[in-house]
Amino acid sequence: MKTFAALFAALDSTTRTGEKTAVLTAYFRTAPEADRVWTIALLTGRRPKRAVNATELRLWAAEVAGIPDWLFEESYAIVGDLAETIALVLPPALGTDSPSLADTITALMRLTGQTADTRRAAVIDAWATLPPVERFLFNKLITGGFRMGVAQGLLTRALAAATGVEEATLAHRLMGSWDPARTRFDDLIGGDAGGDARPYPFALASQLDAPPETLGAPGDWLAEWKWDGIRGQLIHRPGAFALWSRGEELITDRFPEFGPLSDFLPDGTVIDGEIVAWGGTKPLPFAALQKRIGRKTVPKTLLASAPAHFLAYDLLEDAGTDLRAAPLSLRRARLAKVIAALPPGLPLSLSPALTFDSWDTLAATRATARSEEAEGLMLKRATSVYHAGRKRGDWWKWKLDPWSIDAVMLYAQAGHGRRANLFTDFTFGIRDGNELVPFTKAYSGLTDAEFAEITRWVQTHTLERYGPVRKVPADLVFEIAFEGIQESPRHKSGIALRFPRMVRWRRDKGVADIDTIASLRALLRTAPEGPSAPPDLPEDI
Amino acid sequence: MASVLTFTDSGIYCPAGNFHIDPWRPVPRALITHGHSDHARPGHTTYLATDAALPVIRRRLGEISADGIPYGERRRIGAATVSFHPAGHVPGSAQIRVEVAGEVWVVSGDYKTEADGLAEPFEPVPCHAFISECTFGLPVFRWQPQPMVMDDIARWWAANAAEGKTSILGAYSFGKAQRLMAGLPALGPILTHGAVEEMTSILRAQGYRLPDTIRVTPEVTAKTHPGAIVIAPPAALGSAWAGRFGPSGEAFASGWMAVRGIRRRRSLGTGFALSDHADWDGLNTAIRATGATRVFVTHGYTAPFRHWLETQGYDAGIVETRFTGDDAEEAEA
Ligand SMILES: [Zn+2]
Ligand SMILES: [Zn+2]
Repeated sequence: MKTFAALFAALDSTTRTGEKTAVLTAYFRTAPEADRVWTIALLTGRRPKRAVNATELRLWAAEVAGIPDWLFEESYAIVGDLAETIALVLPPALGTDSPSLADTITALMRLTGQTADTRRAAVIDAWATLPPVERFLFNKLITGGFRMGVAQGLLTRALAAATGVEEATLAHRLMGSWDPARTRFDDLIGGDAGGDARPYPFALASQLDAPPETLGAPGDWLAEWKWDGIRGQLIHRPGAFALWSRGEELITDRFPEFGPLSDFLPDGTVIDGEIVAWGGTKPLPFAALQKRIGRKTVPKTLLASAPAHFLAYDLLEDAGTDLRAAPLSLRRARLAKVIAALPPGLPLSLSPALTFDSWDTLAATRATARSEEAEGLMLKRATSVYHAGRKRGDWWKWKLDPWSIDAVMLYAQAGHGRRANLFTDFTFGIRDGNELVPFTKAYSGLTDAEFAEITRWVQTHTLERYGPVRKVPADLVFEIAFEGIQESPRHKSGIALRFPRMVRWRRDKGVADIDTIASLRALLRTAPEGPSAPPDLPEDI
Repeated sequence: MASVLTFTDSGIYCPAGNFHIDPWRPVPRALITHGHSDHARPGHTTYLATDAALPVIRRRLGEISADGIPYGERRRIGAATVSFHPAGHVPGSAQIRVEVAGEVWVVSGDYKTEADGLAEPFEPVPCHAFISECTFGLPVFRWQPQPMVMDDIARWWAANAAEGKTSILGAYSFGKAQRLMAGLPALGPILTHGAVEEMTSILRAQGYRLPDTIRVTPEVTAKTHPGAIVIAPPAALGSAWAGRFGPSGEAFASGWMAVRGIRRRRSLGTGFALSDHADWDGLNTAIRATGATRVFVTHGYTAPFRHWLETQGYDAGIVETRFTGDDAEEAEA
């Protein structure tokens, strides 16, 4: 793993994209072929099947390190990464040499199904012989969650530089399901690996912070709702029918409603759209769809209470032709035609274009987004091509302004990983009569300098400790923004927020100035009705 | 029998001698382990510290009424006998031994067990009760031997120089900065930030063996000193001050750099895990070597470390402090 470890260390030691690209390009020119394939696999979120589980791993590590389990857990809480915690608690790594990345992975995969003793012996032997960085990477191969700070765009740029194949072509070839253990580098790069169900990279929008007038003439833009569901790509090619999520996960089986589409959509059709739970004329609140996320098989009752529907945004492939370089206006026209040709009653419809003649009219439409079960608007330039990934300028998301309230910090906890020695995770309280009720947690939105200042304050103002949690006096007030609000019997306050975050530290305010549970409940009445489970998913567009 | 040392709002206190050790509020008589700002606070009526520690303390605190004492010398204060013993933390740093009626307590101050070639090497002091810092009191903190870390830094410096870049190394200005300049091979000129140079010149005048350094002034640039390493306080990294050197590689030398997440928080790719505090093994070895049965821990991961000591058979407690880890403006690590 020497070359891979060197690559990792080089990528890890810079935040400059140019340097990362150069390092990666050099690696793709020189590394052993099988290592290159595995590196692409790891950087695109594919990982070898888990031969050892995390519980075994931490048990063996504590044993070898000669420390009790609780001390291992304390250490893990500070380091924030299991693979790294293990690498650090073990006696110093002394090795200087290691097998190649591909050989290491192959050996790991062979451990699947072996007895616990065999697996334990193999892992402990590797720990004893690998040099420090390799030991950490070895653990990462087992635990997964590789983040090497290489965005998809950077990977394809480096691969393009190393191979001479065009970036957009490469991006498409790397998608879909290919097995790194059986794929040759040349086949992957040459496009012979992924099969017919392979999706295109999703085009992504940037957040519009400036007023829409800055975008120029309204007539140059297509506006549609920004639906609050799961972004998906529906593929119908000869012999293949597939639904992919934006996270490149194949989710065809989770939405059996879409099955009939394979009988009616023409061969060679790829549609970009949003999967929503359907209420007949408009989507149900996201919480309804959430019940279906993560379920591999769907019970009948759920199929009836939260039926899936595909709202189509864009047509990427028509009659087998890649349309991505054609202007959006043309793609939308062809999409409308494809959908119009379908028989009625199928769970697929066009995400409607919103008509507007001025930015003011559109702003008024946007204000009604919540009642449409949308998060805001999407603005797409009528002439735009379908970009691979995020390219600023052509696609914008113009979301509703979040709600916000002022709340006081009650508890603080140290962060993980990057922020292990700062207090960054706070629990906030709101006023209920003479009491303060904890109602939400938030852990982002402040600068490192602010977190450092608050950390010093917490250290000198701790009232009580409960394990890693510190109770602090109710003195510091923060403005908390959030995207949605729901009833939740599971929470003390009876309320759950969606995507809460700190927008600013209100040094100008004291605990007397914070909002009340009554004002929060008033917001609840303006929110669309929804089931009670608070969604906890990352933003999908 | 009254305790040899007690823990008060002002810090550690000896009733028999009526003095405090490293107090954070003004007191009549303060015994100071070393010159870092979380230990040597302003405002006390009188100070007692090692002769080797006093010059830095005086520079930092200005006009103070202070007395120096050589390492190992016993001095009677009231009914207590005190002496200062090398802590290996930074030049002049000491553990303070307090004996009252045959019972011996030792306050470690900050310490490390590995000899760094500059600070007076740590000496275990037998005692009944030991008050130990535990800044890095978790088993994930295990330092590589100093020569290996210095090699890593030297390789980084040489690679930067080969690419025409200036190396800017962040290090606390008293202690770590001088340890680095003394421990690195002479690959090129060593430039210093004003804050580092101020401490360096004091230590050099005291007779500590330090290489030649050049203070960074407006005339000093990458052109005038190609291939240089610049040693600066961590706050100078990424600042306009550092910008003057043009293309550069920046790194930070601190025990915290052992953890990747913390390294990345500083958005500094390069970090060298070099600490002036004892690591996990160092703490455990040092505590064992005192022969103490009672141990109080302070500064750091006190709760888990105390629990760990209890499982090892010690009668262990925690001493709360106003200062922990990153707290003090230059809490060295
Ligand atoms: Zn210190
Ligand atoms: Zn200290």
